[in-house]
Amino acid sequence: MTLGRLISGSRSTLLTPLLDGNPITLQVLGLCSALAVTSSLRPALVMGAAVISVLVFANVTVSLLRHVMPQSIRLIIEVTLIASAVIVVDEVLKAFVPDIAAILSVFVGLIITNCIVLARVESFALHNGVWASLLDGLGNGLGYAWILVLIGAVREILGTGSLLGYEVLPLIENGGWFEPNELMLLTPSAFFLLALLVWTIRWLRPTQREHTQQRHGDGRSSGVSP
Amino acid sequence: MTGDLIGIVFRAIFVENLALNFLLGVCTYVAVSQRVTTAVGLGIAVTAVQTITVPLNNLLYRHLLAPEALRWAGIVGLDLTFLRFITFIGVIAAGVQVLELTLDRFFPRLQHALGVYLPLLTVNCAILGASLFMVQRDYDFSESVAYGFGSGAGWALAIVLFATIRERIDETAVPQGLRGLGLAFVITGILAIGFVGLRGLEF
Repeated sequence: MTLGRLISGSRSTLLTPLLDGNPITLQVLGLCSALAVTSSLRPALVMGAAVISVLVFANVTVSLLRHVMPQSIRLIIEVTLIASAVIVVDEVLKAFVPDIAAILSVFVGLIITNCIVLARVESFALHNGVWASLLDGLGNGLGYAWILVLIGAVREILGTGSLLGYEVLPLIENGGWFEPNELMLLTPSAFFLLALLVWTIRWLRPTQREHTQQRHGDGRSSGVSP
Repeated sequence: MTGDLIGIVFRAIFVENLALNFLLGVCTYVAVSQRVTTAVGLGIAVTAVQTITVPLNNLLYRHLLAPEALRWAGIVGLDLTFLRFITFIGVIAAGVQVLELTLDRFFPRLQHALGVYLPLLTVNCAILGASLFMVQRDYDFSESVAYGFGSGAGWALAIVLFATIRERIDETAVPQGLRGLGLAFVITGILAIGFVGLRGLEF
């Protein structure tokens, strides 16, 4: 019974952030990098992986230190831990995938200020055990990454007709029928795609809808307050 | 020389707008744009923090962290660039803290209106982003002052424009699922297209 509850608890910690409590579409966190690195699929995949590793590392270490850290300086400690993780990720990317690291440029460094990381650390890892924090980090990271990957894939297919560099839709100039839409390579398209995605999710999950009266509902910025 | 600096300011505001072109600081941008007055206050706060932190980070980077920067101290062959993330975020956190104390002392109502979003400026990607762009573009000190001010003002312009439109649109009947966040993205997208049109400008 206890074990069963433990397993189902872990399952929901891991799976809820994927759709029902998605960091991007419901919690409105970490949008900046979500939009900026998604002009094609490869950077989106790498960025997703980078955020997952930082998130898991930050959640686990903060959860380990949660009884030791003094309340008053916890934010500084948390930010330092996150920044250290990001430095490692940045060096690894520069060493192994220099071409992607060049595309991501400043956005790897900006994972430090990705609100998802600090929000999860503050609202979850500070009050929960190591195992649960690891799952929470993984779940939120995945919830963030799948949106990044989806938008990256759509933008690359519609913007260039190819996916990961392989031609999917035959271009007119190569004797096919597809005329690439260059708007998809520009930043505004990321906003439109994200809007459509939010609309779809809220159509599937009516409870996530916002009403004018409840615009300041707690779902929007839950846990961000330091 | 002055012409270059003015060029940097204009480019940072219109051509390379942090919010609409690089999509930085969008979390705060979406969350604090319900009212124009708060948006103006936050815009001013961001501009102030940028104008202080970017030049400060520039000094630290050029004299402590850059390759061979410690030559004046007699240390050669040292490259501390990898420490820039931690250094910058520390400077930004301190800068935001100072701004918060100042506002609390002199403009308590503005501080109340900004609420939790003021400390959250520390984790606003636009602010760290501006410092990282400053390093990437190799600005000198006076250029970094211009860039810090321009990028902050550009972000402020974007959020004020957006809040103005949003205040009106909240009254209209839009599809249920699109209300709020979804519509915010559509409006920002349209604004961003407008700014893309300015890309060809040369200053």
